[in-house]
Amino acid sequence: MTSAPTTEPGLTTSPPQTPGEAPGRVAPRPRRVVPLWGWLVAVVVIWWVASRIGDGRAVLYLPGQETTDFQDRFTDLKADLIAGRDTNVLMQVVGAVSDAFNGVVEQLQGLVSTPDLPRPVPQIGWLGVLGIAGWVSLAIAGWRHALGTMASLAAVGLLGYWVDGMDTLIITFFSVAVSLALGLPLAVWMGTSRRVNAVVTPVLDVLQTFPAFVYLAPMALFFSLGPAIAVAVTVLYALPPVVRISAHALRSVSETTIEATTSLGQTGWQRLIKVQLPMARPSIIVGVNQTMMAALSISVIAGFVNGPGLGKPVLRALTAGSNQVGVAFIAGASIVFIAIMLDRVTTAASERSELVARGGGGNRRTHRIVLAVAGAAALVSVYVSRTYFSFAEFPDTEVGPKVAEAVQSATDWTTSHFSGLTTGVQETVTTVFINPLQDLVAGSPWFVTGLALIVLSQLLAGWRGALSSLACLTGIYVTDLWYDAMVTLTSVLVATLFVMVVAVVLGVWMARRRLVDRLLRPLLDAAQVMPSFVYLIPVLALFGPGRFTAIVAAFIYAVPVATKLVADGVRQVSETTVEAATAAGSTPWQLITKVQLPMARGNLVLAANQGLLFVLAMVVIGGLVGGGALGYDSVLGFSRGEFFGKGVSAGIAIVLLGIMVDRVARGAAERDRSAPGLLARLRTRTPAHHLS
Amino acid sequence: MKLRKASAITGSLATLPLVLSACGGGDIAAEEKENESQVAAAGDCGELNMAVNPWVGFAADAYVVGHLAETELGCTVNYKDLKEEVSWQGFGTGEVDVVIEDWGHPDLEKLYFEDQGGDGSAVEMGPTGNVGIIGWYVAPWMAEEYPDITDWENLNDYADMFETPESGGKGQFLGADPSYVQFDEAIVANLGLDFQVVFSGSEAASIAAFEKAEANKTPLIGYFYEPQWFMSEVPLVKVNLPEFTDGCQDVAQDVACDYPETQLQKIVATEFAESGSPAVDLVSNFQWTNDDQNLVAKYISVDGMSAEEAAATWVEENPDKVEAWMS
Repeated sequence: MTSAPTTEPGLTTSPPQTPGEAPGRVAPRPRRVVPLWGWLVAVVVIWWVASRIGDGRAVLYLPGQETTDFQDRFTDLKADLIAGRDTNVLMQVVGAVSDAFNGVVEQLQGLVSTPDLPRPVPQIGWLGVLGIAGWVSLAIAGWRHALGTMASLAAVGLLGYWVDGMDTLIITFFSVAVSLALGLPLAVWMGTSRRVNAVVTPVLDVLQTFPAFVYLAPMALFFSLGPAIAVAVTVLYALPPVVRISAHALRSVSETTIEATTSLGQTGWQRLIKVQLPMARPSIIVGVNQTMMAALSISVIAGFVNGPGLGKPVLRALTAGSNQVGVAFIAGASIVFIAIMLDRVTTAASERSELVARGGGGNRRTHRIVLAVAGAAALVSVYVSRTYFSFAEFPDTEVGPKVAEAVQSATDWTTSHFSGLTTGVQETVTTVFINPLQDLVAGSPWFVTGLALIVLSQLLAGWRGALSSLACLTGIYVTDLWYDAMVTLTSVLVATLFVMVVAVVLGVWMARRRLVDRLLRPLLDAAQVMPSFVYLIPVLALFGPGRFTAIVAAFIYAVPVATKLVADGVRQVSETTVEAATAAGSTPWQLITKVQLPMARGNLVLAANQGLLFVLAMVVIGGLVGGGALGYDSVLGFSRGEFFGKGVSAGIAIVLLGIMVDRVARGAAERDRSAPGLLARLRTRTPAHHLS
Repeated sequence: MKLRKASAITGSLATLPLVLSACGGGDIAAEEKENESQVAAAGDCGELNMAVNPWVGFAADAYVVGHLAETELGCTVNYKDLKEEVSWQGFGTGEVDVVIEDWGHPDLEKLYFEDQGGDGSAVEMGPTGNVGIIGWYVAPWMAEEYPDITDWENLNDYADMFETPESGGKGQFLGADPSYVQFDEAIVANLGLDFQVVFSGSEAASIAAFEKAEANKTPLIGYFYEPQWFMSEVPLVKVNLPEFTDGCQDVAQDVACDYPETQLQKIVATEFAESGSPAVDLVSNFQWTNDDQNLVAKYISVDGMSAEEAAATWVEENPDKVEAWMS
């Protein structure tokens, strides 16, 4: 458990847990009369005393089913929107877009997923889809990935979700296409103009942290229910990664290259088309990858507004309760197969395009022959799938139900045997960690907590950090959800702390043992893309509704990304350094704590930052399992029209919490001179899934 | 080497469809022709857009009506998985025709019922026959062990027992899925009960909590309702609050009484009601009991049937009830 203090103090941001550390030990800092940790402890002690004096007064608590004038304003706005929807010009324009989206999706569905009447089946059956998908993967990623792609699709079919799987793919691909059409020009603009960059970046931040749940209902006013709104919601959520990463890539094309082309007399446009875009291509493909993963991660949410695809069976199983966990699992597993398939293929395609750009990539002629032969095979498979029923509709198998049943009985067994033990864990953690911290953060008078947070931000991230915390806290105060925001902040901090402890332990283990890495990585990938709705019921059965359960859900989602970042960082510590330390007689423990972790500090900071953002992304899901506070407010706003404004306010508060915590973390990282290049990475990484 | 491997794979890929085609099934082209001639002969029902709100009882109603519309009237039924709020928004745009089970949404009625000042896009189409009973419930083992717990006046004697780390030193009352109209915070305060409302956040979470409480014999009190399939698995026992009287729930902050029994209603799009589609009569005639709905819901959630299968099974087993709706 001593692993937590080795992280940069600013990034666990929960002072009560990190008072005893001495950052000066790791890297030399300018001497202060009182060390940083001394100040932190002092602030927390004063904070605690003030909270005792306050004794629950001025905490700005608002009961769960009450609203304020500020919040009701949004509700009224929505009512006006509904009342004027026949005459509102914007709505009519969006209506046209919406019809276009529906048209495209329906065409694609007729092609591969639903019967294209009067044809009793889609135009291309499962075998044809397998053939085409295999061929495309072969062309862009190589034959290994072609096999992987076909196996993944076949697995989705075997589990019994061929049609829903195709719908998910259609929505994903179409949304990604729209995201690229909108995002690439935007990225080019951002990449060439600093001012545009400064304006758009915060908008992207907001898009990514604002809970989709909150804008789902008003979006449904503009876009027709079903495919159109699913695409619209997905694009809003999936747009930021591709814009961010592409803009970053365009900006990082080296100055010398640009100067050289300018001296050759190229115009700005020529330079963009001939130099910048081609050079940025591998990174842009990484952006596409992230966009795809983001699109998949929101596919279940889109199921709430009749979005076609695998989200529907997952949500349906959720309403049917503990008897349908197995069914939810196989639907979720289908999403995992699709996600891993798309991730591997696009990653390989990115690497390959880099290789080809450098003139590598094997014999071109051979490649062409292979492609031609495989293309012929794909065409044959399409023909066959258009002719025979058994190659058009994926045959029913027993595989899906069998797997569902096995998972069901395993879950039932676990929940019935361990629920006593798990209840104990839940009660202990809640009493020992969550409640005391919440008493401090949410239970102090609002001005005491506010002041304490601002002072802590100053200590950790300097005056700029303090200023941004002041701005965010002011915003939270205005939403009239101060108490709920502080409860959520507490849960987020506790969850992030657990995430980091486990990520450091697992990450170090993975970095030191190849075998562990190989066994854990696929599990982590799957845990990251498995929709949380699948495991909510078993987690509820083990721990019951409450803040701890919300923390567990966030933990499962955030651990993979943090663990992988820690593992990568520790592994990057150069062999020579490790050898030198070993030769000097370091024990493994000393090697880890004195050499590997301190040197992997940049990645630890990054892991903590990402862990935080991932945890924050789960606040709304937490609201569904008893996490209360802002998560509950968001769900309430979505579920009942009269609370819409409260939901919007909760969304704003979540965004502000995210910005506050992120700015403090970045500010702390900026002060850390041992982390060059870290900030650029912080900006390009996103809470969208990052696999591999 | 690499080439040989790759071409071996593509080669075997190329022969795969040929081998498979030898055992291929029926003829798609033939059925396409058949469908073409059928399209011309299709009935006049057209499309029926059926909202499916996210609880199993709702799905039971929706799929039974939808199944009949499809098989008896030849309608094309589009089931749309939507929350209540969004479903009602769809009445005006023609995307939703029917919300088959409504538990009462005064705020939505104000927006969409003409007689309440709304835009007139929705109308009521009579009761479903189901009676919604909302209230405070305890796990069955508790009612057995502490018989007097079912009277609210004794609740304070047991408050300690309900304390959890979530409830801040008071007894925990488990508030429901936010979709439901609920006054529990006010009721607790106005009746002077030593409880704290902790919101479960979703129906799934409430069910999981009651299931766990009954299995482990741990204390639990919370908001629940029937008809609900879970009641047949764990028959929760209702706690009696001061009786509901007209108007006692009009001012949210002052509520100190039990919830009223709710006649569940069918709500349809005005445009649909006036369309003359044969499905209008079906929806209008549809009425059944809580037991009927619970049975279909049990087929879905306990027996693991799909909603379509469950509806078809029930329809087959209850020809007399069905006949009454079709006339």
